[in-house]
Amino acid sequence: MPIFLCLLLLLCSPTLWAAAKIDHWQTPHGSRVYYVHTEGLPMVDIQVAFDAGSARDGQQFGVASLTAGLLDTGAGKWNADDIAQRFESVGAVFGAGSTIDSASMSLRTLTDKPLFDKALETMQVILTRPNFNETDFQREKNRTLAGLKQQQESPADIASIAFYHALYGEHPYAHPDSGTLETVSTFTAADVQGFYQKYYVAANAIIVIVGDLSKQQAEQTAEKLVIGLPVGQKPAPLPDVVMPVKGMAQPIEFPSTQTHVLVGLPGTYRKDADYFNLYVGNHILGGSGLVSKLFEEVREKRGLAYSASSAFIPLLKPGPFLVSLQTRNDQTEQAVQVLNKTLADFIVQGPSEAELKAAKQNIIGGFAMRFDTNKKLTSYVSMIGFYDLPLDYLDTFQQKIEQVSVASITEAFKRRVNPALLQTITVGKRGK
Amino acid sequence: MKNRILGTLLIFLPVFSSQAETKVSEHRLNNGLKVLVKEDHRSPIVVSQVWYKVGSSYEPGGVTGISHMLEHMMFKGTDKHPAGEFSRIIAENGGDENAFTGQDYTAYFQTMAASKLPVSFELEADRMRHLHLLADELKKELEVVTEERRMRTDDNPQAKMSEHFSAMAYSNSPYKHPIIGWPADIASYKVEDLQAWYQRWYAPNNATLVVVGDVKPQAVFDLAEHYFADLKPSEIKPLKPQTEIEQLGIRKMTVKVPAKLPSVVMGYKVPSLKTATLESEAYALEVLAGVLDGGNSARLSKELVRGKQIAVSAAAGYSLTSRLSSLFELEATPAEGKTVWELESALKNEIIKLQRELINKEELQRIKAQVLASAVYERDSDFYQAMQLGMLETVGLGWQKADEYVSKINNVTAEQVRDVARKYLLEDRLNVAYLDPQPINEHPINKPAANKKGL
Repeated sequence: MPIFLCLLLLLCSPTLWAAAKIDHWQTPHGSRVYYVHTEGLPMVDIQVAFDAGSARDGQQFGVASLTAGLLDTGAGKWNADDIAQRFESVGAVFGAGSTIDSASMSLRTLTDKPLFDKALETMQVILTRPNFNETDFQREKNRTLAGLKQQQESPADIASIAFYHALYGEHPYAHPDSGTLETVSTFTAADVQGFYQKYYVAANAIIVIVGDLSKQQAEQTAEKLVIGLPVGQKPAPLPDVVMPVKGMAQPIEFPSTQTHVLVGLPGTYRKDADYFNLYVGNHILGGSGLVSKLFEEVREKRGLAYSASSAFIPLLKPGPFLVSLQTRNDQTEQAVQVLNKTLADFIVQGPSEAELKAAKQNIIGGFAMRFDTNKKLTSYVSMIGFYDLPLDYLDTFQQKIEQVSVASITEAFKRRVNPALLQTITVGKRGK
Repeated sequence: MKNRILGTLLIFLPVFSSQAETKVSEHRLNNGLKVLVKEDHRSPIVVSQVWYKVGSSYEPGGVTGISHMLEHMMFKGTDKHPAGEFSRIIAENGGDENAFTGQDYTAYFQTMAASKLPVSFELEADRMRHLHLLADELKKELEVVTEERRMRTDDNPQAKMSEHFSAMAYSNSPYKHPIIGWPADIASYKVEDLQAWYQRWYAPNNATLVVVGDVKPQAVFDLAEHYFADLKPSEIKPLKPQTEIEQLGIRKMTVKVPAKLPSVVMGYKVPSLKTATLESEAYALEVLAGVLDGGNSARLSKELVRGKQIAVSAAAGYSLTSRLSSLFELEATPAEGKTVWELESALKNEIIKLQRELINKEELQRIKAQVLASAVYERDSDFYQAMQLGMLETVGLGWQKADEYVSKINNVTAEQVRDVARKYLLEDRLNVAYLDPQPINEHPINKPAANKKGL
């Protein structure tokens, strides 16, 4: 069809697309910096992350999260109102929070100098001189406690908390990152201050800068941000994850119309040699939205659930491999059977050649969409920096996907997903 | 599902108005299909969206939620492509896709490498007129939608309260119905109902095709002609107005659901940009929402969460771009030891302040600065830009409103904000709902309601 061809030519831009070029260096105090220059919009995204997530809580479950949440409630000579006003009066957007592995603060701002300078100065003071005063501490603690109470009205949250506990037992990944009512209610401002002093140090920081700043501006920005931080040291590596000794099913009674089902075990970590095999395999099994095997079996063929999916959540240590769905209470048993059979068949047989081909076409064909906005690019660069992945991670990504075979996926799943060790959590009304 | 695209965060600084933003190009096919294209060459990708002028506010009683049900069925095959093939082809071409339904629109989208745009057009053109609705597929998908409803609404205390609240607040406006539909209506859809709904609304002259990304407008227009020009237009009968009657006094309700925290939601009847006699009133309400909840420095956070510490969370929202008049909403959860009534009165007190005193210069400047910065940040995402154009066009405002937004907000004065507060945020236009949490792990039937005190 000649018309079609010439339209196509007009449509495509002739440029070949290279993945982002990441510049990397260290500040004099040992913070690692990752910088990508992007053009076209007068804006920049800046992130500072620390190995200071809930895995560093110790016995004080929730202290990492509360520390991150308190940073912008008072710093230097400014209170929370001043800080918010300083950012918002220049249109900047600031956020701070924590996950299992990391605590981070992020800033999105325009690059126009007076606006940028004000936003950056505010971030720098928050980062290096937070106050943690008693009033702010009590208020944020109370808000956290309210949030923890609210989790108890959500079957999804209850299921997730029980799931991590079942997978990780005594490991620091086992507890919920916002903590528990019991632990958070005992915290004092000194606990938060202590956590901050131990982990928010230059040697434990990475800085990510993505946007329309020159290299020189990026260097100055990075240096300015962390100059007030003590050098400190990186924390010791987290303990290894111990696999559950046997499979367990834990039903939790809850007065919901649906039962939430979570099945899984500790899966893979960021630097795992098997990562790409597991990633592509999971894409086929339950990671590709509307076309995965799980979606097909659970939703398309049987109408058992609105969502049915699986994921590996790679962390510093093996994060969860998680298969989940939600279904009407009285068909829970059937849904769990379909889920388990789909998973078991996949582990035994692996994907077909046709499925693998389709998955590769999807992943490679959609490669540019992984970092088509500054926002997405920032989170990729941050991931590469935090987990210390090769700087050419994005450049070699497609090649790594291409190398995966049916045999390599099948072997990796056999190594990593032992059906006899699966933990199954169900939250809902039983027998009805 | 409910989108607030031009939310409360938006800004102004003249220095950027010279940053030439690429213009939107518009083309209409002979069959009535409107095509909008915006170039963005920062990434070699394209977002393609088809917007239909139909949503839950178009639905008569008895078939509420049918627009959303039809959205699900649009993935279930055409004469040419059997069920599931649409998604398989998009996936094999490296694409992401999905769809969403709102009160005033139903939209379908694909994000792909720019060279794959013809794949999206071919499939969207096909399902615009040649959907194959099958009873067996409907039977299964009906279960899926029922599960979706359970997850989103039935097992979520806040969502449930919000559903009951809308049903009370509106007398005759179709906004009283949930987008996903009432359970009895969902259970009773027949293939004929869906067929009739599809015939009535899915036609090129009731749709807008929005394309944003690494493309040239003329090439996109040619491609659209190639794939969509042969589709026949329909006669689209105008919607009945269903204008909400005047509210004649405050309305209050209690929603008792298993939950842990109480909360309160308040809504004043207000016009939207589409229904306001004076456009400036709608923009003033938008700024007013920003004064209350345009960030951490806005009044609700500053006064209620931090200052008085009466709330653990508090939010305000205005739907500038809804097709019909809607509600200016306030929603908050009391701090431990505070009641929903204390919180309600604190919220009302904030409204009274807005009626009595002019907002200060700093607040107005802050909102304008946020609006301008957001106008830059939004351009980071092709998807967001396409959403904005598609939505404005579909609710009947016209995509040009996107370009006017920053300057319109910039023109809003402190007096205008006070005046809309005085005119619309009145007790007689107010609706209030309280969430009264019931015990979760006991059977409420065994516990007399009188045992509960406080909310």
